[in-house]
Amino acid sequence: MSRAAVGPYPRAADLLRIAAVLGALALAGCSRAQTEKRVTLRFWALGREGEVVQSLLPEFERANPGVRVQVQQIPFTAAHEKILTAFVGGSTPDLTQLGNTWIPELVALEALEPLGARLAGSSLAPRDFFPGIWATNEIDGEAYGVPWYVDTRLLFYRTDLWTQAGVVRPPHSWEEWREDMRRVKALPGAERYGILLPIDEWAQPVVLALQARADLLRDGGRYGDFHDPRFRRAFEFYVSLFSERLAPPLGNAQVANPYQQFADGYFASWITGPWNLSEFRNRIPPEWQGDWATAPLPGVAEGDYPGVSLAGGSSFVIFRTSRHKDAAFRLIEFLAGVRQQVEFYRLIGDLPARLAAWDDPALTGEPHLRAFREQLQHVEPTPRLPEWERIAWAIAEAAERVILGQQTVDASLDQLQAEVDRMLAKRRFLLDRQKPGAGS
Amino acid sequence: MSTGTALPPRRSRAEARAGLAFIAPALGLIVLFFVVPVVAGFLLAATDFDIYGIGDFSTARFVGPGNFAALLHDPVFWKALANTFYFVVVGGPLSVAVSLAAAMLVNARLVRLKGFFRTVYFAPVVTTMVAVAVVWRYLYHPRFGLLNQILALLGLPDVNWLGDPRWAMPAIILMAVWKNFGYNMIIFVAGLQSIPTSIYEAARVDGAGPWQQFRRITVPALRPMLMFVGIITMIGYFQIFTEPYVLTGGTGGPLNATLSLVMYMYKQGFRWWNIGFAATVAIVLFVIILVGTLIQMRVQRERE
Amino acid sequence: MRKLVPALALHLVLAIGAVATLLPFAWMVSASLMHRGEASKWPPSFLPSRATFENYRELFERLDIGRCFLNSTFVAVVSTALALLIVSLAGYAFAKLRFPGRSKIFKALLTAMVIPAQVAMLPLFLLLRTMGLVNTYWAVIIPGMAPVFGIFMVRQYALSIPDELLDAARVDGAGEFLIYRRIVFPLLRPILVTFGVFSFMGAWNDFMWPLIVLTDDRKYTLPVALANLIGEHAQDIELMTAGAVLTVLPVLLLFLCLQRTYVEGITLGGIKE
Repeated sequence: MSRAAVGPYPRAADLLRIAAVLGALALAGCSRAQTEKRVTLRFWALGREGEVVQSLLPEFERANPGVRVQVQQIPFTAAHEKILTAFVGGSTPDLTQLGNTWIPELVALEALEPLGARLAGSSLAPRDFFPGIWATNEIDGEAYGVPWYVDTRLLFYRTDLWTQAGVVRPPHSWEEWREDMRRVKALPGAERYGILLPIDEWAQPVVLALQARADLLRDGGRYGDFHDPRFRRAFEFYVSLFSERLAPPLGNAQVANPYQQFADGYFASWITGPWNLSEFRNRIPPEWQGDWATAPLPGVAEGDYPGVSLAGGSSFVIFRTSRHKDAAFRLIEFLAGVRQQVEFYRLIGDLPARLAAWDDPALTGEPHLRAFREQLQHVEPTPRLPEWERIAWAIAEAAERVILGQQTVDASLDQLQAEVDRMLAKRRFLLDRQKPGAGS
Repeated sequence: MSTGTALPPRRSRAEARAGLAFIAPALGLIVLFFVVPVVAGFLLAATDFDIYGIGDFSTARFVGPGNFAALLHDPVFWKALANTFYFVVVGGPLSVAVSLAAAMLVNARLVRLKGFFRTVYFAPVVTTMVAVAVVWRYLYHPRFGLLNQILALLGLPDVNWLGDPRWAMPAIILMAVWKNFGYNMIIFVAGLQSIPTSIYEAARVDGAGPWQQFRRITVPALRPMLMFVGIITMIGYFQIFTEPYVLTGGTGGPLNATLSLVMYMYKQGFRWWNIGFAATVAIVLFVIILVGTLIQMRVQRERE
Repeated sequence: MRKLVPALALHLVLAIGAVATLLPFAWMVSASLMHRGEASKWPPSFLPSRATFENYRELFERLDIGRCFLNSTFVAVVSTALALLIVSLAGYAFAKLRFPGRSKIFKALLTAMVIPAQVAMLPLFLLLRTMGLVNTYWAVIIPGMAPVFGIFMVRQYALSIPDELLDAARVDGAGEFLIYRRIVFPLLRPILVTFGVFSFMGAWNDFMWPLIVLTDDRKYTLPVALANLIGEHAQDIELMTAGAVLTVLPVLLLFLCLQRTYVEGITLGGIKE
């Protein structure tokens, strides 16, 4: 074969030239974007909030020309993982919504920008927010987040089923609660449960433990404290609800459509949070809308009513690596404004963290919110250390093992204790290294 | 591969240069993005590098075999190991058997529309595992799922497929077999087609029944294929991740019944960022696959 | 007559097998056309009462799945194109070009095939992080660009290229790259098409690695987007099955068109052990 004309294939040299030109254009394009005054804020929002917040943003963009907000929505189940992955991978957004139980973790990693100075020069002040909630945003006296909405868990229940079962008022104590569930279960008809407690959630067993005044951890968070009789009492109460078949032993993955099943009466009550206020409105068929209500949680005994619940919620945090911190803070100020807080509530039912927002007629006139207002006076935070997320999951798994009959309570608590002590090993090492015997 | 004429030395140097240049891109990529990370993996496994370490290296300590010891003490690791073995030991041979049966059915002389059936049986193989798992997650729903509806039609009781620790793994195996049997079926069909029908004729004339024909003719003829299929199925199944991840929403439940070794590694590594620990798990996986492959090869060879 | 009963039995078994294999797909399509909430009604029904495309519309309009489609296509095409080039060069070189260390390097590559990708995953992630490539398309493309299995496939096939052809070209004075481009590459077409189809489908269906390295949902490939969707919308069965249909359909169509090539490729890999 002779060295004939090159033919239809591009020559290697031509390809290189084309690649070089393209590369130069791409680089030029990149640098041009950076020198323009347009700022694009990357904002991660979790769960349904992520879908809903987008409608609030056009007003912000109008008031701040040159700033564009790009919202990315991340499901709650993957959020913790995705945020950490982004941190490790160096691809964090400018600001994100963050569950307040995760703030200690990100602060320990030095991922978050301290907001003290910016807050001092802004219209926001700590006293504008629920004090218990604000406290979850402060680590060692420095504020790292601004609360967006508050969240707590309480009872949603079917009023008609309860009336049918002879339950006249929401239960005030654990015993009364158990009795009420038994009555509902005894109602004639299809298979029915008193309550839905998804066994892959940690909120319920942890809330019960807090109600029983268990500490969960001891020694400044160096060791687990699961053999404590108070914890044990709560734990045993929780698993007994399943052994009595008052709650179905199902995880979230197996309850495909809880709203439909709640309307069907498959379970008569549910411990869940405020985001479901709007979900209930949207998803439960209209004929059932008048048949549900909310109530604060029962306490351990009659005198403890209402029982404590989680001081949950989400905050806005800014990452240290952001290049648009000022613009990000302006967005935070906007979304924490009283009007936006009320509007956000109207869109999704999330409870404003801003106290002033609660005086708005939209909230005062909503009967379902009364229980939340009451519950929010009785909330407690969970232990604020970086390992909390893992510990919470371990507690849920410990309960799951007993519920599904794999272990006895004793064996399960032993395993839980061993697991959590292992998880905290690094923390013990770091704490002892800083200052021998230092607590936190 | 001998050449007729010897090339002048200048040519062979040019050839050698070209050879090295041609493999350079591949080799460069493999070394940088595979070999280096693998070596780093072995090194990391000897430390307790975790998320604290990303920000501050000094928090990582050298622990030598410490991670391995912690691994052996973790009941969740043993569960993941047991689950993975369950999957491989039950799912592997089941998958191969179903593939072989399907191949023989499709290849039978009396069958029309061979191509149609082959296509249908192969269709699940090319689909995305995530989409398949999404659909099967609903098929397995205890109340509305198609499978329990079929069971009800047959008069059988409901099964809480993904919620009952005893049924969760079988549920995954069933789905995995459904998805993959077409792949090995094709390999077997090719092998079956290479067996001349005259041998079967002769055997039938000699009075051999279908089972004897299978054992004496089909199986020996398919031996190399069986070994190949056996090994790649085993290796693939040891690495299972997507199936339990999507079916259980990333938890590996219920009660870690579907937690595979790779999922355990993923949780430790990419969820909790216990990087040194996760690297150890990966190495354990590697050793298991290696040993499994060697054993399979030895067993198959001894049969010959 | 003797053949009728066995033939009927065979076809019956095959038909049952076909129904069992296709049933999940059938339900998937059916549920995707149902109204919201219809799939979890009691008692459940297999067919929608009135077919609707609202789920598909929502996926494209509100949830921007068209973009994920483009992402998957981009990643799969670029991945495959680059892999074809790299693998064909290397495979040919290992088969036909004499260079020092050839058999040693090839044997080393083969042993590397035994190491599962998971051993490299975490360090690779950290490496990409230092290179600033996390959350880029390159992070997804790079690990798949030089698959050893592909090099092996091409080498096996390239062994059958007649040496005389190559030597004749050398005698004529052609450079090695020219020989590769004008003689070898066209000859490798069959195996490259097969490998290309494999590579494309593999890249399209890849889940775990894109899940790890992509944090920006505008870059999600279809499998990751689908998993993300079920995280938020697990109770929206109709929406999820519509998403599954969209993920499955292109590959299924591609397969139906390229059946022969794909199937040949598998048997090639299976027989030439």
